[in-house]
Amino acid sequence: MIYLDNSSTTKPYAEVMNTFTKASIDYFGNPSSLHNQGSKSEQLIREARRSIAKQLSISPQEIVFTSGGSEGNNLAIKGAAFTRQDRGKHLITTAIEHPSVLETFQYLETLGFTVTYLPVNCEGLVSVQSVMDAIREETILVSIMHVNHETGAVQPIEAIGQKLKDIEKIRFHVDHVQGFLKVPLNFHTAGIDLCTISGHKIHSVKGSGFLFVRDTVTLVPLIHGGGQEFGVRSGTENVPAIAALTKAIRLSLMKRDEQLQHVQVLKTFLMEQLRQRMGMHLNTPNERSAPHIVNVSIDGIKPEVLIQALSKQIIYVSSKSACSSKQKSASAVLYEQFKDLTRASTALRMSLSYETTKSEIVTFLEALDEIVAEVRTIKEVKL
Amino acid sequence: MKVDHILVRYGEIALKGKNRNEFEQILKGNINQALREIGSARAKRIFGRLIVEVGDEDDADQIMARLQNIFGIVSLSKAVKTTRELEDIQTAALYMMNEDLTAKTFKVTARRSYKQTPLNSQEMNYEIGSYVLRNTEHLTVDVHNPDVELHVEVREHGTYLSAGRVMGRGGLPVGSSGKTMLLLSGGIDSPVAGYLAMKRGAVVEAVHFHSPPYTNERAKQKVIDLAKQMAAYGGAVRLHLIPFTKVQQDIHQKIPSYYAMTITRRMMMRISEQVAHEQRALALVNGESLGQVASQTLESIHAIEEASSLPVLRPLVTMDKTEVMDIAMEIGTYETSILPYEDCCTIFLPQESKTKPKLEKAKMFETNLDIEDLVSQSLAGKETMLIKHQDSTDEFDDLL
Repeated sequence: MIYLDNSSTTKPYAEVMNTFTKASIDYFGNPSSLHNQGSKSEQLIREARRSIAKQLSISPQEIVFTSGGSEGNNLAIKGAAFTRQDRGKHLITTAIEHPSVLETFQYLETLGFTVTYLPVNCEGLVSVQSVMDAIREETILVSIMHVNHETGAVQPIEAIGQKLKDIEKIRFHVDHVQGFLKVPLNFHTAGIDLCTISGHKIHSVKGSGFLFVRDTVTLVPLIHGGGQEFGVRSGTENVPAIAALTKAIRLSLMKRDEQLQHVQVLKTFLMEQLRQRMGMHLNTPNERSAPHIVNVSIDGIKPEVLIQALSKQIIYVSSKSACSSKQKSASAVLYEQFKDLTRASTALRMSLSYETTKSEIVTFLEALDEIVAEVRTIKEVKL
Repeated sequence: MKVDHILVRYGEIALKGKNRNEFEQILKGNINQALREIGSARAKRIFGRLIVEVGDEDDADQIMARLQNIFGIVSLSKAVKTTRELEDIQTAALYMMNEDLTAKTFKVTARRSYKQTPLNSQEMNYEIGSYVLRNTEHLTVDVHNPDVELHVEVREHGTYLSAGRVMGRGGLPVGSSGKTMLLLSGGIDSPVAGYLAMKRGAVVEAVHFHSPPYTNERAKQKVIDLAKQMAAYGGAVRLHLIPFTKVQQDIHQKIPSYYAMTITRRMMMRISEQVAHEQRALALVNGESLGQVASQTLESIHAIEEASSLPVLRPLVTMDKTEVMDIAMEIGTYETSILPYEDCCTIFLPQESKTKPKLEKAKMFETNLDIEDLVSQSLAGKETMLIKHQDSTDEFDDLL
């Protein structure tokens, strides 16, 4: 199997699965139960929270464990909007966010909020100035992703955060799902109030993740109940997922330098190779892009065709983000970037991991060339 | 160019005449203890002052943060060493001023203990200050009230520059005032009392009474966590857990309920005194604040303290609850203190307590108890653990 779809999800580390299994069996007690079995689980969560906090230089109270990216984004955006709506109802985001952000904003529009969707340039980047220009008296929340899930473009989060720091009433949320542990981001120096992290993109299990909530920020919860997670996210804690997430963060951080360098080398190689091919257009910017994502549009060929054909050779890639791949339409992200419907409907995304090898990339390219040539003969695509 | 050491200033201990040397040694030891995990850092005494060498500049902020928790330190500054050449000094000055971008005004204060330099101190102030001004955009000079004062000290073998003063906690180095035994409940007050005793240089050990099997693991963990947090300021904290159920049951059966609280406290004093003797502690410490609750009226304090012959330190005696809470929040014990677990005091809580107990009556009722036996039974069940701040529970090390 050649798995080049790590932006959709990753294979958990073996050590993470050991932790997950052990935590499921030995720490099955409900952390809220008063007896020792419960107390053990509660301690495990506390140690997990402490460990993550220490590794990321944040404080344990700033970690709200969630089920992953979509929940984190929903909680951050709705939570902040509802908490601060008496100060204003204007929100700012970009046109290229993940659906869990965009759809949430569209929902808030139906409740009477006004949303500005910032455009991006042809490299897929938002300008700091456009953020500042969009701010109004009644703006209460700015939400911008760090790394784009389709193109890998890295937004200037630090620069934006520095500017927003001075405006007390605005909360700054960052969807960090694709960037976490891949592109450095210091929550404090970047002035971030809320930051979404997902576990299954960093070799943890599905259903794990956390939302960073700066200690001065309060949120209206989405889920009411027993008051777990500082009252922000009720529901019996997913103890094994929390343990697995902690382990995955620790392992990833330990191996980070080495892994990132490896992935970066492969990505550069893949980009160079694709650039030389006729009728292929790189959508991932050269500079300011994450080390693991390559996005390319291939003239005249629908990505579904390529994905199917590659899949027969046990090579896995994707178009758009997996969450929405089933809807047959162009990539909204790429359309925003290029205003070109054809280019936006023909994009293929390869996302790498530390396990990817150079020979896999070579095999993938050979397979791709073969399939593209074949399809083009049938369709007689004009180049 | 890099921050290669941190300048440590201490106030009060410099005043202590011939004890100064001893105090400095203790402070140095405490610093090295606190920085043990950071391989590259070491405290040293040179030229009659204390510096912490920073091997790896990336550690500098972490080192500063830890030093800020050590009692006996008045203030800290990051510093660099360079040559006596003006050019090098200017480069270093610019580097130091770019470290803190929030500062808007500065002044340079040059001193020379090596006088054979081409420029005198005034001229150096000017040359260094104007160089910084030319090469920065965010700074202006303010000689009266600067945000940052850049100290330049020229010595024979090099020049030291330091800027930006971060306040320490003051007080005296822990260990310079002997050892005390703290009565640690799970509440808000007693950890603060322990912290304040540490601030005045006392080593603090703690006694905690629990009522197995009625108080559970969580209540115990809570006290361990409080001790762990206190250890951030005083090195390791030795915690003595004393089973107290038998004492409480006897009091419940044999003492009129309105004197139960007074006599319970008297028993705690007796047991704590024994632990103190054993550990060579010279005083007890508690979190009492005058008049706060029934056990803390002057009459109660009078009737309770008599049970032990050791001096009792009450750092919170004049404080309001809100003042204590502020400190608890600042030192990081508040969150743990307010966790709602039953402790030994809440389980056998009498219906009503005397706010003005009489010592004579307390003594009379106590004749119903076999005090000596109860004290020795409790001590026999004592469990002692050494709590360090960094301790992450081994149990979870592999798992997480």
